[in-house]
Amino acid sequence: MKRIITATVQNQSGVLNRVTGMLNKRQFNIDSISVGSSETEGIAKMTFVVEVSDPQKLEQLTKQLNKQIDVIKVSDITDKAMVARELALIKVGGNGPLRAEIQGIITPFRASVIDVSKDSLTIQVTGKPDKVEALITLLRPYGIKELTKTGVTAFLRGQQPAKQVTEINSFSI
Amino acid sequence: MKAEVKQEVERAKEMITGADLLIESLADAQVDTVFGYPGGAVLPIYDALYRSEAPFKHILSRHEQGSIHAAEGYARVTGKPGVVLATSGPGATNLITGITDAMMDSLPLVIFTGQVAKGVIGTDAFQESDVMGITTPITKYNYQVSQLSELPRIVKEAFHIASTGRPGPVVVDIPKNISQELTPPNFKNDFYLPGYQPTKRPNPLQIRKLADALSRSKKPMLLTGAGAVFAKASEELKDFAEKFQLPVANTLLGLGGFPGTNGLSLGMAGMHGTYAANMGMYEADLLINIGARFDDRLTGNLEHFAPHAKVAHIDIDPAEIGKNVPTAIPVVGDAKEALQALLDSPIDQPDHQAWKEKLLNNKRDYPLWYERSTDVISPQWLTEQVYRMSEGEAIITTDVGQHQMWAAQYYAFDKPNRWVTSGGLGTMGFGFPAAIGAQLGAPEDLVVALVGDGGFQMTLQELSVLKEKNLPVKVIIVNNEALGMVRQWQESFYEERYSESIIANPDFVKLAESYGIRGMKVDKEEDVASVLEDIFDYDGPVVVDCRVEQKECVYPMIAPGKGIHEMIGVTK
Ligand SMILES: Cc1ncc(C[n+]2csc(CCOP(=O)(O)OP(=O)(O)O)c2C)c(N)n1
Ligand SMILES: [Mg+2]
Repeated sequence: MKRIITATVQNQSGVLNRVTGMLNKRQFNIDSISVGSSETEGIAKMTFVVEVSDPQKLEQLTKQLNKQIDVIKVSDITDKAMVARELALIKVGGNGPLRAEIQGIITPFRASVIDVSKDSLTIQVTGKPDKVEALITLLRPYGIKELTKTGVTAFLRGQQPAKQVTEINSFSI
Repeated sequence: MKAEVKQEVERAKEMITGADLLIESLADAQVDTVFGYPGGAVLPIYDALYRSEAPFKHILSRHEQGSIHAAEGYARVTGKPGVVLATSGPGATNLITGITDAMMDSLPLVIFTGQVAKGVIGTDAFQESDVMGITTPITKYNYQVSQLSELPRIVKEAFHIASTGRPGPVVVDIPKNISQELTPPNFKNDFYLPGYQPTKRPNPLQIRKLADALSRSKKPMLLTGAGAVFAKASEELKDFAEKFQLPVANTLLGLGGFPGTNGLSLGMAGMHGTYAANMGMYEADLLINIGARFDDRLTGNLEHFAPHAKVAHIDIDPAEIGKNVPTAIPVVGDAKEALQALLDSPIDQPDHQAWKEKLLNNKRDYPLWYERSTDVISPQWLTEQVYRMSEGEAIITTDVGQHQMWAAQYYAFDKPNRWVTSGGLGTMGFGFPAAIGAQLGAPEDLVVALVGDGGFQMTLQELSVLKEKNLPVKVIIVNNEALGMVRQWQESFYEERYSESIIANPDFVKLAESYGIRGMKVDKEEDVASVLEDIFDYDGPVVVDCRVEQKECVYPMIAPGKGIHEMIGVTK
């Protein structure tokens, strides 16, 4: 099962290395990791999308993350109301008439063209991973020359519904 | 103007180096012994040691691995962090085995490594090694000092992290420019670690659950590990076991946490544990694990481990709970506090008389056994003699192999912190240097290093230290002229193809003598008692080459892949 785990960490040098090293050593399957600064200076936020086989493995993962000295808080937000987004840059081949066609495809995704050259254009798309993936699938026939994704970053919505929701359903990365 | 210059001169006079500040920090941490070895990147620190009147002694090893194993031995017997100092590059990399060993066995160590100057880090400078990169996976935490002003705080944090919660090794990497830099002697070491707040006090609800499970249990049993020793919980453990008449098995590293000679002790559990201990875990309906990590050498095949038991697990490290064995009652906290909480809880006595008798009958009916050889010394018998002649009071360190398992089986430890062995990593070469550290940590005690002829040769250069410091360690080489444990596995699982396991040894007596140490050889049973009496009375170091039967095997045994109920060699 896929889970989204967030961690609040002290922004020490080596913290990313420490955490990824641990995940690697303990053989956890990581789909993506994103790291960045937070609202507090010296504190960074990490978002992991992980594939775990069973609840025990998941428990181990959060415990091992928590055990890291630099890790202040770990949350599995998969089953909470949350916002999860990633960004992708996609360079596709295309000139002349193809461009209009591509534009037609990306518009419903609220993606934008951020660079154009003689025979390629670069598209930026932000959103839930499944949306990003859908656009990539649609663009594939045009020949993807280069692709990069940031990995998911996520946090809880401001308000949590009284009943538990499962956004993972709409989170079919 | 003049006054200003004067002030400046005064201030310059007061300046101290980073190395001085380090020594002050160590003094502040109440360090009494540093195990180290000098080199280029730590020259400023060694110079500061020379110049200062440091309130601790420095023990010069002959190989950095010797330093770190000594620090581990020291930590085991004193419960205090062992302190190590080594130079950059090869000095640091020579520590890797010991750091890993300490990590696996949760030993508190604070390790200082020199590093090349900050300006050349990352340029493959002479004797540069990526200590942070190399030690990240094998330490509880590590630091590279990037500013001198943070050194006192880092040192204080390092000692705090190493010795609290689940103990472990912490590395502090100090670039040479930092130890050389001048600073006014201000010393600030307050710290705050929001991500590191170990839970000591157990959750009362969980204690209640455990208490209820105990009173309902028909077949309860305790398994205790090194965590109980680290928590100094021996007394509470004994009270608890006796109050509820619970049979107790110890893990290899938990030996001594509960008295080995106590009527409720089933001895060691695991691969070479007793039938009573292993069958107890197999049949129990409630297994209370106190500070053990359910290592695979303990559990055997997990499918058959404690299949009928509700498992309760008390551990200060939450990540150990449920890691290998599904756990019904997790109790996160310090073993001493948890046991005290249990002792304070109203708990109905479980109805388990028949079960207790069964386990104690197993203990009586299936004792450890060996066939005593008539013409060659049996290593098990030798171990029993060491136990008898030292009245069970010695601090025993071992290396890794057959002699280690025999020591665990035949030396009954009644007190904690007297059993020093490498469990998790199984590091050959550990036993002898660990004895040096143990002796320095417990100068009044009889320290016996039971080592294999193979493992002793991995770190025997430390004999120089015994001589130099006149440490009265008794080294007993259980000499089977073989890498015995390897030989045993080849006998049992590789159809007696003894590939590279029968070894030729030096003359250990002459070897000892060349270091200026008394050397003795014994190869007859009838001489063993007098030799042991002699060396235990002798106030100095001694090496005894004790020739033993080569073909002995450690039994009983859970063969690899088998369950704890499938022991072989339980009876003759
Ligand atoms: C550093 C290291 N290398 C290899 C091993 C594998 N090993 C485990 S026991 C053993 C044999 C040890 O021989 P010896 O020290 O003579 O002890 P004995 O088993 O004969 O009592 C070996 C090679 C190890 N544990 N550690
Ligand atoms: Mg041997």
